[in-house]
Amino acid sequence: MDIHEYQAKEILAEYGVKIADGGLAHSPEEAVQRAREINCNNWVVKAQIHSGARGKAGGIKICKTHDEVEIAAEELLGKKLVTDQSGPAGKICSSVYVEAGTNITKELYLCFLIDRSSERIVMIGSTQGGIAIEKLAKENPGAIHKIYIEPAVGLQDFQARTMVFALGLESTQLLAHSVKTIRRCYRALRDLDANMLEINPLVVTKNNELIALDAKMSFDENALFRRHKIAELRDKTQGDPREVAAAEHGLSYVGLNGDIGCMINGAGLAMATMDMIKIAGGEPANFLDVGGGASAERTEKAFRLVLADKNVKALLVNIFAGINHCDWIAEGIIQAIKNMDMKIPLVVRLSGTNVDLGRRIIAESNLPIIMANTLADAAEKVVQARNEVVARGY
Amino acid sequence: MSILINAETRIIVQGFTGRIGTFHAQEMINYGSNIVGGVTPGKGGQQHLGLPIFNTVKEAVHQVGAETSIIFVPPAFAADSIMEASDAGIKYCVAITDGIPTQDMMTVKSYLRRFPKEERMLLTGPNCAGTISPGRSMLGIMPGHIFSQGNVGIIGRSGTLGYEAADQMKILGIGISTSVGIGGDPITGSSYCDILEKFELDSATKIVVMIGEIGGPQEVEAGFFSKNYLSKPLIAYIAGLTAPEGRRMGHAGAIISSAGESAAEKVAILEELNVTICPTPAEMGKTVSEVLAKI
Repeated sequence: MDIHEYQAKEILAEYGVKIADGGLAHSPEEAVQRAREINCNNWVVKAQIHSGARGKAGGIKICKTHDEVEIAAEELLGKKLVTDQSGPAGKICSSVYVEAGTNITKELYLCFLIDRSSERIVMIGSTQGGIAIEKLAKENPGAIHKIYIEPAVGLQDFQARTMVFALGLESTQLLAHSVKTIRRCYRALRDLDANMLEINPLVVTKNNELIALDAKMSFDENALFRRHKIAELRDKTQGDPREVAAAEHGLSYVGLNGDIGCMINGAGLAMATMDMIKIAGGEPANFLDVGGGASAERTEKAFRLVLADKNVKALLVNIFAGINHCDWIAEGIIQAIKNMDMKIPLVVRLSGTNVDLGRRIIAESNLPIIMANTLADAAEKVVQARNEVVARGY
Repeated sequence: MSILINAETRIIVQGFTGRIGTFHAQEMINYGSNIVGGVTPGKGGQQHLGLPIFNTVKEAVHQVGAETSIIFVPPAFAADSIMEASDAGIKYCVAITDGIPTQDMMTVKSYLRRFPKEERMLLTGPNCAGTISPGRSMLGIMPGHIFSQGNVGIIGRSGTLGYEAADQMKILGIGISTSVGIGGDPITGSSYCDILEKFELDSATKIVVMIGEIGGPQEVEAGFFSKNYLSKPLIAYIAGLTAPEGRRMGHAGAIISSAGESAAEKVAILEELNVTICPTPAEMGKTVSEVLAKI
């Protein structure tokens, strides 16, 4: 789960990491009010959206007067920002963060994340802050320093010092402060079950202070049951509305750009079925794992969710019944269809427990359901059905 | 033969008396797995499904010789249960639980590493369907009847996609020595490599099928392992050709977050390492039968 910059900064400030003075605003007037409260002569107005690369997309504006702050806030609020990382639909900006301008002498990069390969938290630092780390990793991997932290003992001072020296923060005024900053960031990540904490840039100011100028945190969904305060930081407006609706029904859904809807049980089989659609010449409209249960009620919810995407021209259901039974699933599909007005072709492929019974129930229902026997057959039939719909000019 | 479990393996169920634990314990007993009891703290001394309940794993190890465990404990308590099993001397543990916090798994892995390798408990999962040695023992939540006995080893992350593979093979008359689910989480108890190591030593396993997906480094690591250490053919299918970058596809671990983690990139690297690629998920059975015909 991602959170906004201002939320991440509030967390870091609680842990004792220095941030610039700033405040959140939901209207241009409020933005000016925030600017008045901050004692300085220039401000930065930053769009609060769940995406990086905001600067390039015009989401960060430097202002010299209160009027400029007002204009900047007006420009950003209520707008959809499309960045390199937001996807083509962009993200809605419902609030801006107004922050004191900072006199920067050095821009650094600091990040902590869970590294799947070593199964440890890795601390990553670079003296080349402010730019995309992925780009730096490709072009100049030597400029990136990595330190792995043993989970049983946690981050040690010598490791923090090693990073501090690698970042060129060895001057006596900064050394102790930098070590503390690094320790505090690590503490926040560990205490709050974050997967990732990125400060890009971490800056040294003219007054020799180390400040987190931007902050990005992402949290482990599986740990939210014990991080209630973090769970409250979720901003549903930043997610795909279909995905948010799916999550509320306990369904795992990812919207894509194709026009063949799918409902499958199990994440791996879902990905594999989507691959088959693509191989057969189609494009999947979504990923949807309906889970093990797949009751009539759940099936109907899933159908409605997939069909809410108006691009969908054909629907494929692929269920491998393990503990479940194909006859129960067949009954569920039939009931779901009877409850709704489905206008597009439906291809159903069942396999596993009681498959023959399941197929017979569907055949005897006299509903216009196209039955498929294998994965390949299912993909070919749904692509063909989709092509026929398109040919009819639907 | 098989790996990890056989007909004699003495199994206990952690989270025995809960709804899910009860259901699957009964399914495993029906399959013929040698379940010798279960653990539910506070219910020790009672009976469930005609088997003894213990308060601790240690008691189960001492009193009924438990050597393997399967975990159905809810996510908040699952890491604790895994560590308890390891401390009690359990040799092999399957964690079925979906939703364990990643940092808990980091702690579990760090705890397991404290034991010397020969004494270290092997863990598969969490968030997996379990392990089955067809015809001998089922330690999981899979439909046992779709797996027939034979000489192909399977390692996969996903439950239903593994069933699809087993089903395709069964139709072609191909059987399985052992099928192991390593789970869909970012940090898993065992990697593909850990299980490949076991299959390499198993005389009954002639070839191994790896059913991988997007995200993480494990499939590529398995490719290098196969090139350097595996004498048996390795077949791989990688799911997620259509998965966009940065989006989580159901499994907590199925997300392309850095270079080399997409399906196309993994396939390209594996091909270079001489792993036989199964081009589509519809051809898993066919690819296995072609490779089997050559050995």
